[in-house]
Amino acid sequence: MLDDVDRRFLRLLQEDPACGVPELAEAIGVTPARLTRRLDRLRSDGVLRGSHIVIDWKALGYSVSVSLRITLDKTISRAFDDFIAAARAVPEVIEIQTFLGRVDVRLSLIARDLPDYQRIYREQVLTLPHIADIEALMTVATVKSDESLPI
Amino acid sequence: MTLDDLDRAILRALSANADQSTARLGQKLGLSQPATWRRIKRLQDAGVIAGRRLMLDAEKVGFGVTVFLGVKLATKGRVSLEDFERAIGAIPEVQTVDHVLGLYDYRLRVVARDLADFERVLRRRIMTMPGVGNVEANVLLSEERRPGPI
Repeated sequence: MLDDVDRRFLRLLQEDPACGVPELAEAIGVTPARLTRRLDRLRSDGVLRGSHIVIDWKALGYSVSVSLRITLDKTISRAFDDFIAAARAVPEVIEIQTFLGRVDVRLSLIARDLPDYQRIYREQVLTLPHIADIEALMTVATVKSDESLPI
Repeated sequence: MTLDDLDRAILRALSANADQSTARLGQKLGLSQPATWRRIKRLQDAGVIAGRRLMLDAEKVGFGVTVFLGVKLATKGRVSLEDFERAIGAIPEVQTVDHVLGLYDYRLRVVARDLADFERVLRRRIMTMPGVGNVEANVLLSEERRPGPI
């Protein structure tokens, strides 16, 4: 579905989402008008869904980041829905993922410091519904985080 | 840095959509374009806004599978962590690498075209890396990003 020009274009845009159409058109070697048409097509096809800023939570005082790996009690039919709905209400949860594998759900949780983490974990995480098992991985250092796709 | 309500509103809006112009964003918040721009600049200078990320539909660009891998190092002390991190981070399919404390030593996010392609990446690129011990793979089914405590 994507041709080579689309790929080059998306690669460049992925490197610098703020880059303007004229600069991109020049780098790829097409006219700005043709690039705009491609851009519109990629947007309407749902390939390109815009961009968002990346917040550095450390700069806001959230120095602790924990990955919580959760196994749910699957004997309860609404376990996933109930759990996710309740997890959304915890402000410190910044990502929710569901999986096929040993882990059912993963939550990315941030906290100001360890006492703050302990409070959130006890009062807001352990009280989430239908948890069968929970494991925590505490982030020591983020080595790579660009999340770019090898298009 | 401490945020006021307008800073928070700007962060929330740009977390959902960073493509909007400062003029439009300002209009929604009742701020002038220059005032909005100054606030964004201040958030960038303080490092709160660390960058901007393109949102692509991974499946539509050919990456149908995303896997979270927990990696345990087998021979700690004999393998340099720096070397391991450099080598694992250089694999194009590896999107994120976190050094963690707990059941595993590293948490990776890996994309692949399909499960067969994932197996190739896992066997030829990741398992062949010196020091890699136990590996646990969980295939991503759905994902949701939340605005966070702002």
